[in-house]
Amino acid sequence: MGASQTRLEHNYDDLTEKSGFSHEQIKNLYQRFQQLSGNNEKISRDDLERIPALNNNPIRKQIITAFFDKRNQHQNDVGSLDEIGFEQFLMVMSHFRPVNSKATEEEKATVRKQKLRFLFNMHDTDNDGIITLDEYRTVVEELLSQSGAIETEVARAIADAAMLEVASTNVPHMAPDDFYEGITFEHFEQILKGIEMESRMHIRFLDKNAATMRCGKLSS
Amino acid sequence: MPSRTVSHGSSGRLRGLFLVMVLVFLESSVFTLAFASSDQHSPTTAHSDGHKATDHGSHNNTGKAFPVLDLNYENVRVPFEISLWVLLASLMKLGFHLVPHLSNIVPESCLLIVVGLLVGGIIRGTGETVPPVLDSKLFFYILLPPIILDAGYFLPIRPFMENLGTILIFAVVGTLWNAFFVGGLLYGVCQIGTESSSILSRIGLLQCLLFGSIISAVDPVAVLAVFEEIHINELLHILVFGESLLNDAVTVVLYHLFEEFSGIGTVTLVKGFLGVISFFVVALGGVLVGVLYGILAAFTSRFTSHTRVIEPLFVFLYSYMAYLSAEIFHLSGIMALIACGAVMRPYVEANISHKSHTTIKYFLKMWSSVSETLIFIFLGVATVAGPHDWNWTFVTVTVILCLVARVIGVVGLTFIINKFRIVKLTTKDQFIIAYGGLRGAIAFSLGFLLEKDHFPEREIFLTAIITVIFFTVFVQGMTIKPLVELLAVKKKQEAKRSINEEIHTQFLDHLLTGIEDICGHYGHHHWKDKLNRFNKKYVKKCLIAGERSKEPQLIAFYHKMEMKQAIQLVESGGGIKLPSAMPSTVSMQNIQPRPPTKPAAERAIPQLSKTKEEEIRKILRTNLQRTRQRLRSYNRHTLVADPYEDGLSDLFLKKQKMFQIEKKLKEMNTYLTVPAPPPDSPTMCRARLASGKHTDFKPDQVQKGNKMCSDPQAYSIKPALNKVPMIQVDLASPQSPDSVNLLDEFGQANQQEEEEQGLMMKPPSRPREGKKPGEEDEAKDQQKLMRCLSDPGPSADEDEDGAFLP
Repeated sequence: MGASQTRLEHNYDDLTEKSGFSHEQIKNLYQRFQQLSGNNEKISRDDLERIPALNNNPIRKQIITAFFDKRNQHQNDVGSLDEIGFEQFLMVMSHFRPVNSKATEEEKATVRKQKLRFLFNMHDTDNDGIITLDEYRTVVEELLSQSGAIETEVARAIADAAMLEVASTNVPHMAPDDFYEGITFEHFEQILKGIEMESRMHIRFLDKNAATMRCGKLSS
Repeated sequence: MPSRTVSHGSSGRLRGLFLVMVLVFLESSVFTLAFASSDQHSPTTAHSDGHKATDHGSHNNTGKAFPVLDLNYENVRVPFEISLWVLLASLMKLGFHLVPHLSNIVPESCLLIVVGLLVGGIIRGTGETVPPVLDSKLFFYILLPPIILDAGYFLPIRPFMENLGTILIFAVVGTLWNAFFVGGLLYGVCQIGTESSSILSRIGLLQCLLFGSIISAVDPVAVLAVFEEIHINELLHILVFGESLLNDAVTVVLYHLFEEFSGIGTVTLVKGFLGVISFFVVALGGVLVGVLYGILAAFTSRFTSHTRVIEPLFVFLYSYMAYLSAEIFHLSGIMALIACGAVMRPYVEANISHKSHTTIKYFLKMWSSVSETLIFIFLGVATVAGPHDWNWTFVTVTVILCLVARVIGVVGLTFIINKFRIVKLTTKDQFIIAYGGLRGAIAFSLGFLLEKDHFPEREIFLTAIITVIFFTVFVQGMTIKPLVELLAVKKKQEAKRSINEEIHTQFLDHLLTGIEDICGHYGHHHWKDKLNRFNKKYVKKCLIAGERSKEPQLIAFYHKMEMKQAIQLVESGGGIKLPSAMPSTVSMQNIQPRPPTKPAAERAIPQLSKTKEEEIRKILRTNLQRTRQRLRSYNRHTLVADPYEDGLSDLFLKKQKMFQIEKKLKEMNTYLTVPAPPPDSPTMCRARLASGKHTDFKPDQVQKGNKMCSDPQAYSIKPALNKVPMIQVDLASPQSPDSVNLLDEFGQANQQEEEEQGLMMKPPSRPREGKKPGEEDEAKDQQKLMRCLSDPGPSADEDEDGAFLP
């Protein structure tokens, strides 16, 4: 592990530049990464699925899938990986960085776009650039999956209503034979205008060495 | 006052007439008030006045005969005066909105104060003593609670909790800073600036600090009144408003502390320490009392399903009890009320009927807006009434210190807070927060409470307080709107909350919780998730009756949305009580996956003729497109009403029935699940239209058919709409087609039609031929449609209350 540690030290600047995290944050995330992977270079789906706290999360599957989605790596790759290394882990995490308060409007817009793209990719499972009705239904069903006995019809009705709303806000004058294929990214942006994604979609990454605050029992 | 009903017409003349009426009324009411109040509040003259009253009376019955007409004003004086004041306040409120543009320029609160000043002036002008209307008891026990409950019950929990830290710092530290800064410096000024003989030099440090603590608290009533009108973004609104609510505990403690101290005259360290403890007791105790009553209210509402009428009463009573109970122990009543309202709301709303919910909404709005109006009017009257002691130095120094303290406090505190906030507060935000620190009637009432014996400088204080209130309400309140525009501060989005946003809000919550879990540190989201889980698992089960306790938030939201849309559907004029409360009916066709190939397989499913289909679709579209336009957010002064609730229950019932039908028509649902090329026949789709939901008729064919034989059909649609009188029926009336019947009718109709007009079902191939039969159909179809639409439902009135919420 010592080797990887030193290698990582060298990479810090590189990683900071790529992901925007501070050194401390990277160090913290690296610790967690190793904790999850059991001191391996790579992390696999099973590793993430073993996290106990995730068990109660209704969209657990989608979250985990997002980590292995190549589209979330800030590259133009498509497809999914079987396991990811720390850098990729970091790149996924970087979507949840809070936006810099001194950022200009333009930068904010970019960040917002990135975050929305992440969400969009989570929904658009087959990567055809649109969220079809079916994909949306799956999302809603998953979202409601933990709430006990939910009839699928309700979930479906909700997804349908939501889809209809998208269609009617974005293409208000549709000829009867027009077909709304699904939510494109532009429409996705449009419907989520009301949510300030750039300020909402973030978590607090620890900057200090906060090993004591961690929940995991494993230590690296 | 018959002109009131007339004035609903927008003609300017009527409006003028109305205003004249109001003025006349105002005059007369003022005289009555002046006359009435003069004897009420001056015990020495009461006797003679009473004598006068009997004198008046004796004019009427000079003879010894039985008094045919008797005058006894004394009997009804108190309720009469109260009603007169309330009526005056309501009419004023009404009047302002009739004067064009006035409410855009000047905030209502300012106008009301001016009215109060006028009324006071007139009373004084008639030579009567102005009644001390803004009595502290009246204010704290009658006028204030409705406003606070309204604020608490409709508190936007999410932004409030997300910014709780910032709000608390502003409310606690900021208020403390303000109090001590203003009080301390004021003392200094009093000592330095004046020669020893003046009255100012006799004001002690403790008195100054007491004054500082009274004057430093931002007032929720004033803030609400002004911020309602400037439509500022949610973050700023909740920061300023939250601060004004939560600083109550600080004010209460400081007030009692300094009152005590200045009564005794000595301060010991122990007492100061006890004061700190007392702060926590007051604040947390208030919250605790509120939560207790809130839970009680929620629990009570669990069992009200048989006595719906008194449901709203429980909400009001428990909240008021919470307020009073907190006041018994000198805890923070405002905190108790806020906590009570916020805690009970989700559970109560799930338990009570929709009508009760509307009632609660209306009542809270009504009470709070009347209270608010009265408070501002009374402020004006009290200004005229009050014994004043105008001291230039004291007043100007106070105003300046208040402003300076506020600015320094906000800037300093944001500097610290921003270190911890992820969404930083910008300079503009800070400016608005500082500028929005309005003072109001609470400060005045607290000042009014001071005893003359202990505080000989009470009048100076009161005058200064009133000046500060006037300054903040008038100068800041009037300029804040232009400033907000000038600085281009982000405004509140007026858009309704869409279902997509709701889905993604929830999705985001879970996503962020998940990411936090993967990161391995427990942040806000984690704990929030834990809390939600606990709430769902235990609390909801106890406090919510029946099935609704298991209903997830998204579904509850969806039902609410459906209901709103149903209301609007009814409202929007069509009155088409087709079982299509679902928003999806209009253009679901556009969403549903389209089969690439023309379907060949005919199914044994009822068909709809094309004309009928067109008609129905047109009708639905015209009606449903309008439903998107309105759904504004809750506003304290203009209630977005759901006026046609009676029709709503029908619609909702109907929707439910449709749902059951749909379950029966399983094969249809299978089509909905299959995404890629389903062999979806047009007939299928039409059948689905009949079923009201998931209508994915074949758009292209319809379109083609429409084009080909457009003339007769396009022509037929209009008359069809007009000729069906039931479409425009009284919306609130319960009769409407029962969904089940409707489906049956369509089914029967179509079975007949199947043979007759099979050709109509294949429009692309033989469009021209369709022309003639199409015309024949028209009449038939209209007839049928009419029958369907006008068929009164058998279940019109059943379950009036219970069926609102599934």
